[in-house]
Amino acid sequence: MADMALSVAEVAKLADLARIELSDEELARLAPQLDLILQSVAEVSEVAGADVAPTSHAVPMENVFREDVVRPSQSVAAALSGAPVAEDGRFRVPQILGEE
Amino acid sequence: MSDDLLPLAEVYARYEPVLGLEVHVELNTASKMFCSCATEFGAEPNSQTCPVCLGLPGSLPVVNAKAVESAIRIGLALNCEIASWCRFARKNYFYPDMTKDWQTSQYDEPICFNGYLDVEVEGEVFRVPVERAHMEEDAGKLLHLGGATGRIQGADYSLVDYNRAGVPLIEIVTKPVFGTGPKAPQVARAYVSALRDIVRALGVSDVRMEQGSLRCDANVSLMPIGATELGLRTETKNVNSLRSIERALSYEIQRQGAILADGGKVKQETRHWHEEGYTSPGRSKETAEDYRYFPEPDIPPIAPSREWVEELRATLPEAPAARRRRLQSEWGFTDAEFRDIIGADALDLIADTVALGCTPAAAKKWWLGELARRANDAGLELDALAITPAQVAELQSLVAAGTINDTLARQVIEGVLSGEGSPGEVVATRSLAIVSDDGALLEAVQAAIAANPDAAASIKAGRQQAIGALIGAVMRTMQGKADASKVRSLIMESLS
Ligand SMILES: [Zn+2]
Repeated sequence: MADMALSVAEVAKLADLARIELSDEELARLAPQLDLILQSVAEVSEVAGADVAPTSHAVPMENVFREDVVRPSQSVAAALSGAPVAEDGRFRVPQILGEE
Repeated sequence: MSDDLLPLAEVYARYEPVLGLEVHVELNTASKMFCSCATEFGAEPNSQTCPVCLGLPGSLPVVNAKAVESAIRIGLALNCEIASWCRFARKNYFYPDMTKDWQTSQYDEPICFNGYLDVEVEGEVFRVPVERAHMEEDAGKLLHLGGATGRIQGADYSLVDYNRAGVPLIEIVTKPVFGTGPKAPQVARAYVSALRDIVRALGVSDVRMEQGSLRCDANVSLMPIGATELGLRTETKNVNSLRSIERALSYEIQRQGAILADGGKVKQETRHWHEEGYTSPGRSKETAEDYRYFPEPDIPPIAPSREWVEELRATLPEAPAARRRRLQSEWGFTDAEFRDIIGADALDLIADTVALGCTPAAAKKWWLGELARRANDAGLELDALAITPAQVAELQSLVAAGTINDTLARQVIEGVLSGEGSPGEVVATRSLAIVSDDGALLEAVQAAIAANPDAAASIKAGRQQAIGALIGAVMRTMQGKADASKVRSLIMESLS
């Protein structure tokens, strides 16, 4: 694993940014797995020649707009129906530390 | 706070401040950036959401044409070039104010770029270079509960309202601004103020800082005078008024100055402004690369045709700076008088009042005098007072017609502000009209002369200044409802 594209430290950083707590054991197990996924995806770029531009969109369209017209939103109940916890008409989430 | 501060004069003697300003403008479109939910402020929490702005899987964002139009118009007003082709990008971060775990924004392909805005400080013009103006969406609103009140530290949990999520924003970013010297804080303030005027004139946003529809992050760094390499900068957030921009930058300049003068190194970081007059370190974990920007695959690229851009250019209103020059010359005010008007944020109010037939001098007298005083007493912005330019114009027409004098006009203003109706109605209900019945006035004059024989004798002996006492006595009898110059001539006639 000497030539890993993704280091354990980088995975730890990503986990931290994603606010997922990972133990050292989990990091040691997940980092090589994620690295393998990245390497597999990277093989695609070997297939594409220098003459193939990077593709960001599947369909060749431009300027797909809508008029600035309000349409009814869903009900508050419907909006909150997928929330694990709701309170006072709002989504309730755990405290978030480390940022303001 | 415990920060060491170097006096401003010492900082500027040794260092050159370099500014950078990021301004977010919330557009006043009826619907959101990527969905048809309403943007109305103050609605019931989460009542203006749909699968798109809640970021539910399978939902497809579609761009609001009006928001793109507003972005282009802002860019043109800031002398920007308009991209012929650009994309949205995903800015990835994990925080519950954004349902999707990314903010749909623009990255290295902003719709507007490479512009400038000229601002004036004490007669000196500074050109603030604009790097870009790009489109993005606003985030939801968090309410921190439990623990310490409202602050995130110690909060047990947070409640989220996504009504604001997806409301269109334009972020306007300057290039580093050099050469302001000691005027850096004032230039920053003048820039945001000018930007606000432009956006307001375009009619694309309410641009009310106190309501968050215009927000500013202020960057500043110091470099030794004569140096060419930029110093490390801080970014101060939470700067929510024009005055705070100036104060926060002055504070940061002094704080950084003290660190550098002491041989230290400024820490590149985000800081928070506190209205008590200091900044404190914020804690943002992400750096630009942590956001892992990539092109938004769900929104096709935007390619504004040159015809559309030119059509929009033709809709631009007169530039605020040009409008000011025109109005100043039309109204005939001196530079100092006009600066007072700008400083009091009264330009639009006076312009509207003059447009309704009031003379510029009278419009200025009311808005900068009695009304500014009352706004100040009430802790309100001038334009938040419960009186309209039309009512001020009506008030002045009553004065000009001799129906009321300036003293009575102040009582009329009081009545209008307390909701008693138009100036005409207040004059009627409070019986404030000047008594034009000469009989009653003459009676009061005779009584005043009889009650003040000494003053009358003095006037007869040619000492005219004694007339003040008699006029005062008459005005008291008439409860102020008399024309002072008419009273004066009646007294003189009676004594001659
Ligand atoms: Zn929506």
